[in-house]
Amino acid sequence: MTLEITLKRQNRALTVYLKGELDHHAVSKVKETIDMQLVKSPLSQLILDMSGVSFMDSSGIGLIVGRYNKMKCLGGSMKIINPGLNILKVLKMSGLSKLMEIS
Amino acid sequence: MQPKNRMKIEFESKSVNESFARVVAAAFASQLDPTLEELADLKTAVSEAVTNAIIHGYEQQEGLIIMECILYDDRITVIIEDHGVGIEDIEKAKIPAYTSKPELERSGMGFSIMESFMDSLFIESQKGAGTKITMTKKFSKR
Repeated sequence: MTLEITLKRQNRALTVYLKGELDHHAVSKVKETIDMQLVKSPLSQLILDMSGVSFMDSSGIGLIVGRYNKMKCLGGSMKIINPGLNILKVLKMSGLSKLMEIS
Repeated sequence: MQPKNRMKIEFESKSVNESFARVVAAAFASQLDPTLEELADLKTAVSEAVTNAIIHGYEQQEGLIIMECILYDDRITVIIEDHGVGIEDIEKAKIPAYTSKPELERSGMGFSIMESFMDSLFIESQKGAGTKITMTKKFSKR
């Protein structure tokens, strides 16, 4: 199963659209793609659009926390938008809603 | 309790097999007509156990993972076993957000998710011999 990654950059905000299943097999490609954008030019906001994510386990949580920490070090913020019900359940369980906006 | 059906498969400890394992477990469980939410919970827990076997059990090296699914009237038991390095301290491994591999950006939530998404979780492990996870999920009658 391939995870599709689409990027949209507007000024200093980067929106990452993910489509597919986000597990340990898929996270390394997402990490690399986002981290390359972070070093390319300064970002103040990272938005993860999860409307196309049909499955996520704790590997996705590791990916999100890792990117959140990087954004925090850079003085920026991160938010997650449009997670489906199953994804929201994993996000809530891991306490991520205390760290960042999920809408 | 008498099992209604049973299956057992063996596959290589490759990350591409994480989705294979959870889809197979969900397809087998669908004989009991679970809800979509129950199937999603099962898939997540299986994915966590298989990922643990690959990353921690076999430390991303070659190895074989055995998955057995047993169906009863209203529940499924999934057993996931590896012959990898084993878990040194099971209680420590179960602490939410504890990870022995922070450099890999692991969240340390694997066992918490398995415990929360399934109705029971039993971990057996021996250092140098491997790990066996036995978890059961009860499906609501519809």
